[in-house]
Amino acid sequence: MISIHWLLFLSLALFSIGVYGVVARRNLLFILLSLEIMLNAVVLLFIAGSSFHGNPDGQIMYLLILTLAASEVAVGLGLVIHMYRQHHTLDVDKLSQLRG
Amino acid sequence: MLTNFLSYGVDMQIPDSLLMLIPLLPFVSSLILIFVNPPKKIVTLLGVGSVGCAALIALLFNISLWGQTDYVIKAGFGNWMTIDKLVINFDFYLDALSLVMISIITGVGFFIHLYSTGFMDEDTDYRRYFAYLNMFVSAMLVLVLADNMLLLYLGWEGVGLCSYLLIGFWYKNRDNNMAANKAFLMTRIGDTGMAIGLFLLFYQLGTLNIQDMQTQAVAVWAPGSDLQGNSMATLCCLLLLAGAVGKSAQLPLQNWLPDAMAGPTPVSALIHAATMVTAGVYLIARNTQLFQLSPDAMFVVALVGTCTLLLAATAAMVQNDVKRILAYSTISQIGYMFLALGVGAGSVAVFHLMTHAFFKALLFLSAGALIYSVHHEHNIFKMGGLLKKLPVVAASFAVGCAALASLPFTSGFFSKESILEKIVDSGHTELWWAAVIGAFITAFYSGRLFFVVFLGKMQQEPNHTPTKTMHIALLVLIVPSIFAWMQPQGLIALMPGLPSKGLSDLQHWLPIFTPIAALMLAFGLYRANFFGSELKSPALQSIHQLLKSGWGFDFIYHHLFVLPFKWLCHINRNDIIDLFYRRLEDTARLMHGFVTGFQNGRLRSYSASLVLFCVLAISWVVLK
Repeated sequence: MISIHWLLFLSLALFSIGVYGVVARRNLLFILLSLEIMLNAVVLLFIAGSSFHGNPDGQIMYLLILTLAASEVAVGLGLVIHMYRQHHTLDVDKLSQLRG
Repeated sequence: MLTNFLSYGVDMQIPDSLLMLIPLLPFVSSLILIFVNPPKKIVTLLGVGSVGCAALIALLFNISLWGQTDYVIKAGFGNWMTIDKLVINFDFYLDALSLVMISIITGVGFFIHLYSTGFMDEDTDYRRYFAYLNMFVSAMLVLVLADNMLLLYLGWEGVGLCSYLLIGFWYKNRDNNMAANKAFLMTRIGDTGMAIGLFLLFYQLGTLNIQDMQTQAVAVWAPGSDLQGNSMATLCCLLLLAGAVGKSAQLPLQNWLPDAMAGPTPVSALIHAATMVTAGVYLIARNTQLFQLSPDAMFVVALVGTCTLLLAATAAMVQNDVKRILAYSTISQIGYMFLALGVGAGSVAVFHLMTHAFFKALLFLSAGALIYSVHHEHNIFKMGGLLKKLPVVAASFAVGCAALASLPFTSGFFSKESILEKIVDSGHTELWWAAVIGAFITAFYSGRLFFVVFLGKMQQEPNHTPTKTMHIALLVLIVPSIFAWMQPQGLIALMPGLPSKGLSDLQHWLPIFTPIAALMLAFGLYRANFFGSELKSPALQSIHQLLKSGWGFDFIYHHLFVLPFKWLCHINRNDIIDLFYRRLEDTARLMHGFVTGFQNGRLRSYSASLVLFCVLAISWVVLK
C-alpha cells in the first residue's frame, strides 16, 4: 500500500504543472491540455481520498468529472478549430481582441 | 350754444388725452419706419411730420395754459403693473416743468429733424436714421411726462439705448462703435446708481409716484427729524444724483460726451440740446422737494456743477475740433444748471436749460452746416475766412456764440445772470466767483471759436452750400436764441427760489462785463496770431496737452478701470474656478487608466491574475 502522502504530493505536482501550463503556454491547444492535467490531478485526489476513507463517493465523483472533461474537451476543441479557421493562429497573445 | 363755444374759444380747452399723443406720435412713426420700408418721401414725411405734430400739440398746450401758473394735466393708458403695494400706471403728468421740457424737446427736435432731411440726404441709411431719431424723441418725451419713477426710468433707458444707436450710427467705423460703447457704459454706471436709488426710495416711501413721493418724503424725512432719516434722504438723493451725473455728463462721468461726437452732427445737436443730457437736470428739478430735504446732497450737486463747469470750460479752450469745443461747452453749461439746482434755484436751472437748448441746437446745426460745407473738415485751424462765403451759417454761429458767451441782450445772458444772482442769494460767494471765472472762460473760447473759423485768411474753399431746409432751421433757431428772455412763469410757482438778498455793485456789474472783456482778450490774442501757434515753453505745452485731453480723465479711467479689468480677463482666460474641476477630471482619468490596464484582452494575464488571487486568498485563509 502506497502512503496517501505520495498520492497527495503527486496530485499537487500534477496540478502545479497544469497551472504552469495554463499560464506559460501560448498555444491554445496546449492550454487545453494543461487544463486536462489539472482536472486529472483533482480526480486523482478524489480517488486517493475514496480509497483512504473506504468511501465510494470519490469514485462516483471520478465518473462525473470524466464525463465533464470529455464534454469540455469536445466544446473546447470545437472552439479552438473555429478560432484557428478565423484567425489562422492559436497564439493567445495575438488573440486579444477583447481588450477593454 | 354760442356762449358755450365762446367760453371754450377764449379758454381754448383742449382735451387732456391729447397729451398721450405727444410721445405716441414719434413712437408709432419710429415703429413704422423700423418695420416698413416706404419710399424716401414718406420716410421724410413720417419722421419730420410726427415730431412736427407733437410740437403742434405742445404748442396748443402752451397756448391754452398761457398765463396760468398752477396747473396739472393728467392722462394715461391705465395700469401697467401691480405687484402687491407697487402700483405702476402708464400715466403722463403735465405741469409747468414738463410743459417747458416737452416744448423744448418737440420744438427744437422738430427743427433738428427738418435740418436732418438736408444733412442726411445722401446717406444710404436715411430710414434707419429717422427711425432712431423718432424713437429718441419719443423716449425723452416719456421721460419728462412720466408720472412715476418707473415710467421715467423706462424713458431714461430708452434715451440711453437710442443715444447708443445714434452715436454708433456709422457703424462701419470701429472708432464710432467704441464711442457708442463708451457712452452706453458710462451712463450705465450712473443708471445703476439710480436704479438702486429707486429701490431704496420705494422701500422707504412705499410709492414710486413722483408727486406722492415728494409729499411722502416731506412727511417721513421732515426737516429736524432724527439724524437717521436725514442721512437716508441724503443717500437717496445722492443715488439719484449718480444717475443724473451719468446722463448729463457731469464729473466724474463726463468724458463720454466729447467722444459722442462720432455720430452725425444733428444727432449731437439733439443729444446736447433737446434730449439726453438735459435728462439729469430734469430729474433733479422734478425731485426738488426731495433734494431740499437734504442740504448735504444739494451742496454736492452744486459742487459737482462747479467743478464740472470749470473743468469743461478750461478743456474747451484748447480743442481743435469744432464739435469737441461745443461738446465741452455743453458739459460746462450743464454744470451751471447743476450749480443752480444745487443752490436751490431749480426754476433758473430749467430756464438756463431752455435757453441753452436753443443756442446749443443753433450752434451744433450751424457747425454741422459748416462741416458739411468744407469737405467734412473738423479742425478749426483748417477753416478760416468763411464769413463772406457762408453768411447765414456765420450769422447763426455768431448768435449762438454770443448767447453761449452770455453777451448782454441774448437769451444766454438772462439765464446765466439769473443763475449768478441766485448763487449770491444762497450765500455761496466762493461758488459765485467760480461761476464768474467759468463765464469768463466760456466767453473766451466762444470768441476763439468764432474768430478762428470765420475771420482771417481763407484756408479752403467751401464746396457744398447748405440746403434750403438747413438754412430755414438755422434762421428759425436764431430767434429764440436771442429773444428767449423771460423765464416761464409756471416754473417760479412750481419751484420758488430763495428770497432775493440784493446784489452789491460788484456782483451786479462784474458778470455783465466779464464776457465782453473775455471776448476782447480773445480777439486781441487772435490778432496776435496766438491761437494755433506752437507753444514755446515745455511747461505750457504739457498744460495744453492736459487740458486738451479733458484733464486726462480718459487716461485715469483707462489705467484705473480698463487695464485692471483687462488684466483680470487675461489671467482668467483659463477659468480659475475651472482649474479645480480640471484636477478632478484628471484624477478620474488617471484612475480609469490604471483600472483599464487590467482589461488587456490577454488570456494569460487573466489566468495568471486568477492564479495569483487564488494563491493569495488560500494562503491568507490558511495562514491566518
